Amino acid sequence: MSIAENQPLYDADDLKRLRAARFERFGRWLLPVVVLIAAIWLWDRVVVWNEIPHFILPRPGLVLQTLISDWPMLFSALMITLQITMMALAVAVIGGVGLAVLFTQSRLVEMSFYPYAVIMQVTPVVAIAPLIFIYVDSRTAGLLLCAWLVAFFPVLANTTLGLNSADHNLRDLFRIYGASRWQTLRYLRLPSALPYFLGGLRIAGGLALIGAVVAEYVAGTGGHGSGLAFRILEAGYRLNIPRMFAALILIALTGVIIFAGLSFLSHMLLRKWHESAVKRET
Amino acid sequence: MTPAPMGQRPRVLDMNRVTKTFNGDVVALRDMDLSVNSGDFISLLGPSGCGKSTALRLIAGLSTTSGGRITWAGGQSENDLGVVFQEPTLMPWATVAQNVWLPFRLKGKSYASVKDEILEALRLVGLEKFLDAYPRELSGGMKMRVSIARAMVTKPRLILMDEPFAALDEITRFRLNNDLLTLKARIGCTVIFVTHSVFESVFLSDRIVVMAARPGRVIREVRVDAPYPRSEEFRTSADYAALCRDASDALREAMGETA
Repeated sequence: MSIAENQPLYDADDLKRLRAARFERFGRWLLPVVVLIAAIWLWDRVVVWNEIPHFILPRPGLVLQTLISDWPMLFSALMITLQITMMALAVAVIGGVGLAVLFTQSRLVEMSFYPYAVIMQVTPVVAIAPLIFIYVDSRTAGLLLCAWLVAFFPVLANTTLGLNSADHNLRDLFRIYGASRWQTLRYLRLPSALPYFLGGLRIAGGLALIGAVVAEYVAGTGGHGSGLAFRILEAGYRLNIPRMFAALILIALTGVIIFAGLSFLSHMLLRKWHESAVKRET
Repeated sequence: MTPAPMGQRPRVLDMNRVTKTFNGDVVALRDMDLSVNSGDFISLLGPSGCGKSTALRLIAGLSTTSGGRITWAGGQSENDLGVVFQEPTLMPWATVAQNVWLPFRLKGKSYASVKDEILEALRLVGLEKFLDAYPRELSGGMKMRVSIARAMVTKPRLILMDEPFAALDEITRFRLNNDLLTLKARIGCTVIFVTHSVFESVFLSDRIVVMAARPGRVIREVRVDAPYPRSEEFRTSADYAALCRDASDALREAMGETA
């Protein structure tokens, strides 16, 4: 083993650990890639072996072809879905954090409104969406409202938890030093809440996309729409299965990218001090 | 450096028959009298439940007295208190320097305007090289030093310490005891120090207030007349041993009544 030659001071245990670490490092991305390739291959074979027609299940190659040939149309649809998602996420952050701050500043407000925040969360958005599109004239506003409804709760719940989790000794210290409400919020509660907020944000990112897609479905049946979900619906009516797959892949990829982006943001903001983001030497 | 006789030093604080009850029937502290003069190092020594931490919280204004009075000589001012808790209680998201800045920051002072004080405080606790470190990069003892620097950076009239070294290992604890005395000699601060260690209280303080539990109350005051600065030699002297015996006897008395 080359490791042993380079670092003769390592004993058998260390070698075992090093090998495990290396396996971990490569396995983390290599294994999922192997699984993906195997799954695509199997998919392709199943279609060929069973002679399934492409309007029922297209071969992966055809999906890729469609993705390329339909790219201009799919891309503009993706941009619209993404726009709604990002706007909904932004409003969810503003609304969620704002409401959380209000909750922690006033017990009265929290007791009055928290139950309704929960009710909004547990009611499925598909059930509310049709109503929203009846009452809201602007399609964009309707989509935004739906996506916001699903995305804001994790931000609210996590931020509230975070704001209340400030170390009690530090709270005492702030009291002793005569800190104002605003100072306690700014220098103690908000920084304490940051890791919790970022956790909520990661969940909200995925939910905002789901909310946007679901809302597009509902809006799409009403005759509006040009986002990705509408493209899937439209392709479904025309039995254009390859395009359905292509759009689906784009949505999934978007979800993954949003999650990865928010994880990266979280890591950058916390890497200096929070346990979750700190790399340990051991 | 010998401390001036008691009478000549100005009064900082008086506790007059201070009582604290919870829910009207649990007596956490009963009729506590204590006079604190400038430059005093007073230890509150006793078993758990004797009200020593309650007394600190009352002085800090974190809870209100059920009876009796706490009077600050010359009235309360903006800069009465510095506090060190049992945990270092640092803000993990802020650097060492920013943590020490906190008491000033809450009074609206910019970092630049108090930079010298912050540097001086960190120099006194031997951490001037760790300005930009985050708390998680420091050892337990170093974190506690930052906490002490933060408590004294504003040069408050009184520093309250609530079992600050209880969670540290013995070696670190001894070192911090020595360092605390060096600090006290340099800046002449006034300290009320809560502990359940006889040895710590004898080594550090000039007055030991021994307390008993159920109900929490003061049962005796032991004077430690050994001059400051005290060094490791004091720790091995016959005087020290005798004082430890005195304090232990008082503590046994306190424990015996509640056993």
